[in-house]
Amino acid sequence: MKVLVTGISGTLGRLTALKLLQHGYEVIGIDRRPWPEAPDAVELFQADIRKRPAEDVFRTHRPDAAIHMATVTHLVHQSPDRMRVNLYGTRAFIHHCHSYGVKQAVFAGRHTFYGAAADSPLYHTEDEPPMAAHAFPELADLVAADLYAASSLWRYPEIATAVLRIVYTLGPSKHGTLATFLHGPNVPLIMGFDPLFHFIHEEDAAEAIVTALAHKLHGIFNIAGPSPVPLSKIVRAAGRRPLAVPATLFKLGLGRLGLPHIPSGAIDHLKYPIVVDGDTFRRATRYAYAYDERETINSFRTAR
Amino acid sequence: MFDNLLPIDPEVAARIEALDLEFNKFGIDPYGIDKNDLTRFVSAFAWIYRYYFKVDVYGLGHVPSRGRGILVGNHSGGVAIDGAMVMGSMLLDAEPPRLPHGMIDKFIHEFPGASQVMSRMGQFTGNPDQAARLLNAERLVLAFPEGARGTAKLAKDADSLVGFGTGFMRLALETKSPVVPFGFVGGGDALPTIANLKRLGRLFGVPYVPITKWILLVPKPTRFQLLYGKPMYFEGTGHERDEVVTTMVDEVKERIGDLIRQGRQLREKEISEEDLVL
Repeated sequence: MKVLVTGISGTLGRLTALKLLQHGYEVIGIDRRPWPEAPDAVELFQADIRKRPAEDVFRTHRPDAAIHMATVTHLVHQSPDRMRVNLYGTRAFIHHCHSYGVKQAVFAGRHTFYGAAADSPLYHTEDEPPMAAHAFPELADLVAADLYAASSLWRYPEIATAVLRIVYTLGPSKHGTLATFLHGPNVPLIMGFDPLFHFIHEEDAAEAIVTALAHKLHGIFNIAGPSPVPLSKIVRAAGRRPLAVPATLFKLGLGRLGLPHIPSGAIDHLKYPIVVDGDTFRRATRYAYAYDERETINSFRTAR
Repeated sequence: MFDNLLPIDPEVAARIEALDLEFNKFGIDPYGIDKNDLTRFVSAFAWIYRYYFKVDVYGLGHVPSRGRGILVGNHSGGVAIDGAMVMGSMLLDAEPPRLPHGMIDKFIHEFPGASQVMSRMGQFTGNPDQAARLLNAERLVLAFPEGARGTAKLAKDADSLVGFGTGFMRLALETKSPVVPFGFVGGGDALPTIANLKRLGRLFGVPYVPITKWILLVPKPTRFQLLYGKPMYFEGTGHERDEVVTTMVDEVKERIGDLIRQGRQLREKEISEEDLVL
């Protein structure tokens, strides 16, 4: 079975490609970025998902399944281009799947879809609407991309489409939203708040994506890892020092004084939890994560 | 969170150990309850519960010792001391101890510090999805159907009841949970409010700022009466018409009113413990 992975050069893209090979799939990939150390078995096309050359890959190679990971998720990346990549890229992906007979599609989205607020419940289920897109406009494009991808569930019912909402990934790659936040020796937290953070080992996340493919899932699924841990405990377990900063100072100091460059909407994500219920996926696939919360953090901490 | 601040009381530690909760490698339960923080916090709170205040608890045996249940009662006093005392009775007096999940007002989680403490103690913003999930996980939920209207009662009305919401009853029906009514008496003496400043409250992001007889929001040492009644079981789906649910709510409200009356009589020493009908 031939699987096309968009965004294959990203951290999760690479891990997923390797897992696919292990499971005996034939893998082709599209990405604007190169992947110099890619295994020979992976056929790589350096192209933009929105452009003609990407469509040509679909046309000539006729993949049986496709996994969409070509979304820009880094919060530091705030160009208007990001919105275009995330939405037009998703549209192009779905169109090409439809036009070129792809039988299965997987959209790798994020659990931040649900948003963080003082009154949001722990353990979001898939039927919950995105509640905080207005409070965090920088994430609105990802929320829109998720909803747009899900529209293909009724638009093209003949394609088995799985929209995954994956919790933060963490692991030896030191890439991703949570890893970036934990980058320095001192990690600023908002004083008086300590939200539960839901995360999964990056290997487990890649395995979950392959599992979704193997089970030909059709629907929306949260991908949860081990049970969530308060952010301050994650920071300490990662060998970092938590630095409690009052919210007002935090807002003023963003991008300065050693505070990270994050949009002010992200502050809610440092105050309130986003925890998802992964039961639907577990029941559909019997998926189980391999790395528990401590092993996951350790793999991040001890990586070179 | 309180590691260097609050010492551990070994008896409290044993009680926290006996709770029907599962903690992960970080000592955190799936809902974010922190075993260490809880032990230290309750150790300090035990002193307040036992010595600063004194709570006469009756009918503790009516609270299910395991499995789901909704504790429903009245607010008494300008802030929710009642909630804290119910928590105290369940954690420090009940055998086996249980940790009720209070359904608290949204503004509490907007406050630095308060949010952190409440999150680690399993006290969440009242939300039907959250409550249903906890009940389905066989937890105990604590609800005050009077809401902020209840704490806003002035001292002279502290032992009366204002309008009840119906959310708790729909939840009880939907999750087939028993409702355990309780009456709490004495809050009006601990913190007698003579006025509630709503405008000032809005400035601070709270529903109101209560002004007590002695101006400051410091409760005086008080003896409270807390009476748990027999569990009440209701049949239904939670999707009944409002009139149907309201009738059931009124039944609970009446029961709580009755428990408050008996508590009041106990307090005035008009009756003794043997006379109680719980």
